[in-house]
Amino acid sequence: MRVMVDLARCQSYGQCVFAAPEIFEISGQEVLEYDSAPSDEWRLHALRARAACPVQAITIGPAAGPGQDLRQPPATRPAADSVGVLR
Amino acid sequence: MSGYPSSRSERVVIVGASLTGLHAADALRDGGFTGHITLVGAEPHPPYDRPPLSKRVLAGRMSADSTGLPQRQDLDAHWRLGNAAVALDRDARTVTLEDGTTLGFDKLLIATGTRARRWPDPDEAALTGVLSIRTREDAVELQARLAARPGRVLVIGAGFVGSEVASVCRELGLDVTVVERSAAPLAGALGAWAGTAAGRLQRRHGVDLRTDTSVVELEGDADGRLRRARLSDGAVLDVDVAVVALGAVRNVEWLAGSGLTVDSRGVRCDPYCRAVDADGRPCDDILAAGDVACWPHPLYEGLLAVEHWDNAVRQARVAATTILHGPVREHTALPTFWSNQFGLNIKVVGVPGRADQVAVLQGSVERAAFVAAYGRGGRVIGALAVNTPRALDAYAEMISRRMSFPPDLNAADAPDPVHVLDLAVPAAG
Repeated sequence: MRVMVDLARCQSYGQCVFAAPEIFEISGQEVLEYDSAPSDEWRLHALRARAACPVQAITIGPAAGPGQDLRQPPATRPAADSVGVLR
Repeated sequence: MSGYPSSRSERVVIVGASLTGLHAADALRDGGFTGHITLVGAEPHPPYDRPPLSKRVLAGRMSADSTGLPQRQDLDAHWRLGNAAVALDRDARTVTLEDGTTLGFDKLLIATGTRARRWPDPDEAALTGVLSIRTREDAVELQARLAARPGRVLVIGAGFVGSEVASVCRELGLDVTVVERSAAPLAGALGAWAGTAAGRLQRRHGVDLRTDTSVVELEGDADGRLRRARLSDGAVLDVDVAVVALGAVRNVEWLAGSGLTVDSRGVRCDPYCRAVDADGRPCDDILAAGDVACWPHPLYEGLLAVEHWDNAVRQARVAATTILHGPVREHTALPTFWSNQFGLNIKVVGVPGRADQVAVLQGSVERAAFVAAYGRGGRVIGALAVNTPRALDAYAEMISRRMSFPPDLNAADAPDPVHVLDLAVPAAG
């Protein structure tokens, strides 16, 4: 599980800290810090934090990358044509 | 082919597999795109988040492996990581990669971003201990060097990245010297007034800040390890770690000869993210977004080139809309960015660096909780909020509405009277 907060949008309301104290904390007066790769055991807390955020700044999902996109093996066409995943 | 992709055989190639590329792919799938998406990345890693690199990762409070960005949905994309694009052929509609592969496209999104500007002398730049901070590897190496507790860290350049590195050094209890060519830290982005306040803050936190000074030479020993730095004022510092924080350079070299309008500000685009060719015409099938793009913004003169997280995400979404539907949605979002340093939450909206006047309108600088508005030509063009993040939306609204400066707020926490300070007028971009 990966967590990302849009810190340009975040206004440090701190609702995420109440919903998932294992992941989010306010450091100092207004600085939000968070664990971007928390244990899956806190998934429900993370989802609650995402729902509770007043400015909807939290994204949760599996780590982006090829590992998430190999449901079908990629078929490679000849290089001169193109390369892509056939859907 | 001049239509907009609708069929499953359409091919979108995104060059740049970082924040912009990821969000563009996500937005394409959100928009119902069912064709092929290929993400090409020069770095071997899937998309990761860079802001923590100069903060929590450097402080050793977060692993670089944890910076991988989340994916909101199955992107069904083909990833070409660790394989930089080296050429674009507009007529053939192909991108050539480092390993010789040629990728055909119906639509191309250029999202190759920036890289750290290197120390100008190549021999000195190659010394062990002379580092930049832009990639995961950079952060891992610098973190290890800081953890080894060097006697003193030299930071060259006091922009946001340099100031964040200095903040981490002090957090770790390390001696740090920051050398800045101009009169104050952060002055390029925030103007001389806020820069002077930032300088006081840094010195209060124990940073050895040397403004109006530059590093003239980095000296190594016989083994090629950094040992000393010579400054323009004649001072000599014994250092074995130097962080080069002199800003970023756009990754546009691979577009040489492509026929697009490209310069040091990046790939010239129209408001719909369409790249502009040498004749000034926008290309329907080649777009650019993120740090590598520059474009005309309705609120600002000239071109804007914005190297911030927020712009990467928003511009990626506009580019995806243009790919799917043509030029229907302009990229007019205000630049917004944030930084955490020396225990403060700093948020900025608009373009304060272009202002000719500034005024604190709420709170107090002495108490380190305030909002300053920036004006140019009698209009509000930017705002800076320190430890007052919830105030900034109202200022964004003032900027968008081109309100007159200084705005008459009558805020309950306004200084009385409000002082308007003149700033040296920077050139428009």
